[in-house]
Amino acid sequence: MSDGEQAGMTLSGAAIIVQALVDQGVEVIFGYPGGAVLPIYDALFAQNNIRHILVRQEGGAVHAAEGYARSTGRPGVVLVTSGPGATNAVTGLTDALMDSIPVVCLTGQVATHMIGNDAFQEADTVGITRPCTKHNYLVKDTNDLGRVMHEAFYVATHGRPGPVVVDLPKDVCIDQGHYEKPDLDNIQHKTYHPRVDGEEDRIAEAVELIARARQPIFYTGGGLINSGPEACAALVEFVNMTGHPITSTLMGLGAFPASDHKFLGMLGMHGTYEANNAMHDCDVMICLAARFDDRVTGRLDAFSPNSKKIHVDIDPSSINKNVRADLAIVGDVGRVLQRMIECWRERGHQPDEAASKAWWTRIQQWRSRDCLSFEQGNEIIKPQYAIQRLYELTKDRDVYITTEVGQHQMWAAQFYRFEEPNRWMTSGGLGTMGYGLPAAVGVQIGHPESLVIDIAGEASFMMNIQELSTARQQGLPLKIFILNNQWMGMVRQWQELLHGSRYSESYVDALPDFIKLADSFGATGLVVDKPGDLDDAIKTMIDTDGLVIVDVRVAKEENCFPMVPSGAAHNEMILSQDQANGERPSVTDDGLALV
Amino acid sequence: MTDLSELQRKHTIAVLVDNEPGVLARVIGLFSGRGYNIESLTVAEVDVANNRSRITVVTSGNEMIIEQIKAQLDRLVPVHSVVDLTEEGPSVERELALIKVVGAAEERIESLRIADIFRARAVDSTLESFVFEVTGNSGKINAFIDLMKPLGLTEISRTGVVAIARGETSM
Repeated sequence: MSDGEQAGMTLSGAAIIVQALVDQGVEVIFGYPGGAVLPIYDALFAQNNIRHILVRQEGGAVHAAEGYARSTGRPGVVLVTSGPGATNAVTGLTDALMDSIPVVCLTGQVATHMIGNDAFQEADTVGITRPCTKHNYLVKDTNDLGRVMHEAFYVATHGRPGPVVVDLPKDVCIDQGHYEKPDLDNIQHKTYHPRVDGEEDRIAEAVELIARARQPIFYTGGGLINSGPEACAALVEFVNMTGHPITSTLMGLGAFPASDHKFLGMLGMHGTYEANNAMHDCDVMICLAARFDDRVTGRLDAFSPNSKKIHVDIDPSSINKNVRADLAIVGDVGRVLQRMIECWRERGHQPDEAASKAWWTRIQQWRSRDCLSFEQGNEIIKPQYAIQRLYELTKDRDVYITTEVGQHQMWAAQFYRFEEPNRWMTSGGLGTMGYGLPAAVGVQIGHPESLVIDIAGEASFMMNIQELSTARQQGLPLKIFILNNQWMGMVRQWQELLHGSRYSESYVDALPDFIKLADSFGATGLVVDKPGDLDDAIKTMIDTDGLVIVDVRVAKEENCFPMVPSGAAHNEMILSQDQANGERPSVTDDGLALV
Repeated sequence: MTDLSELQRKHTIAVLVDNEPGVLARVIGLFSGRGYNIESLTVAEVDVANNRSRITVVTSGNEMIIEQIKAQLDRLVPVHSVVDLTEEGPSVERELALIKVVGAAEERIESLRIADIFRARAVDSTLESFVFEVTGNSGKINAFIDLMKPLGLTEISRTGVVAIARGETSM
């Protein structure tokens, strides 16, 4: 499409859309055709620049685009039809909004003269998606298409990333219009100019605060991954310069290498004892691109009561939303960290050895509780053990992990240790069951040679199971590692701990035979139920070409600990089943009301 | 000690937006979706050449909520700028109301007399009714309405607040 580089040409709307995607460097889109988008599919048919991945349900397309975006750092692109195509995409869009994932979703729409008439497959897509996108557009004139398409990519990827919907009426795609490739390096948006450089005096003040701290902790989030590998490298450099401990949210895992002794593991509801206690007792908290989510803070009025809080975020609305920051810095976390490093050097700061030693001694005491310990017998596979072995047997490979949502997700976060960013794809904010399989499809499309594993629960896996067909069609060698306990494990755990063991509707009856299921999709199915056979099953999974489903039969009623119960503070954790059975902080009605 | 952060305060916020389709729905959806109050909201195009509208919204909340509202408004893509007129110094606030009073004899004369005190104008009249136009801050209009109630008030139409900062600075 070399003619696309000529300035100004007249094309059909559909051709403009495809040309704009090509000009954006888009190589792959995830979608599902339908009446309203047929002109666009026709334009796709006539070219070879963009690969289209046909999913089996539009929700899967958005999750696949998210997986692609999170593992490659490039925006994910989705193409779906009007009406049900768009409404099916809503969950994925909300997921991408909550986790700040750059996605551009093109939706078909009925012709402009039919909008508002309750036409076949008409839905008010911009109305429905307004609260679940960063921004959305309804294009009513073919001449606006080029501008809107490039704006959509700009908005999705600049500032705090997020999903953008472009709603495309069929006549707009058919009509002829003017298209000119813009200078993509110098796109100036009329109104949207997110601040990327932090205020210098605040950065200097933050560095002073960190230098004088006696019990500091870095609390890092998904914004580091979004900011890019340079930001993560700057984080490692700065943490190493200061020697301070660091904890991460679920979304931020991999930004700092888990094998480094300064890493205390994940914090929050199922975070480690050492991370949560260090957060509770710290005197200076350095929050980098995290957002004080309720899963992280626990009871707000007891959250880290004695600390000065530094909060760096690119989105001003994240600051002072849940927790008041003593020192707020609005900017791109990578750039701010770079300035912090320079400032620390210029001022010749050195870590306070005595204070650091005392602080690390306390942390070591918490660490020695070994809060993630579990007992693996000879008979039944503990889910923690399954993840631990999976980690040990895959850690030296080029591996990407996705998860569904629930207990298995938390165990994966606890026991799979990430050394690099962009290797871990999980639905954090929205908590979307059914995320992991389509996300793995997107990851594998972006990294065809890598080992891509969906750590799943059997209940979540069933939610988007149709995407096995996508994986098969594309010949994707995904490995689906199901921790099968026949329960919606996290629901069951909450019912046990908070609702008097009344297991209302949380047992998953009538599960499929996963071996036969695998067989019917041309995949390899494995089942394992003895701890002694686990390693062989994992090795077989890795060594088997193509799609593999492993049904790991795990302990049915294992609970995920540690746990900060609803409405409790960080230092009121339940560490074990014994403690859960015996005396523990009672959950108030207010706590019960929390999700 | 009173926790200042818990004090509910009324704020008038001016928002300059690109006048694109759906921009008002975005602003209103933000308020309803995040559970913020809207006491009044007015919108009109103010710059035809540059396609800009100005939304004036009166809202209330504690300090943290008001800060959130402003940050959330500011990150909407079509928003040019957000100014908290309550916080950033003195401002002029005005509202216009059309008020219908139906009555006869003494009450009719009394309503005219009070209208005169409030500098309200009768913009429509029949032998049985008046429509008064009154402008001022919301307090003045509330006071006028209260006085009209016993005099045959039957219908009220209010614009909601528009506001602008005093002095030479502009948003």
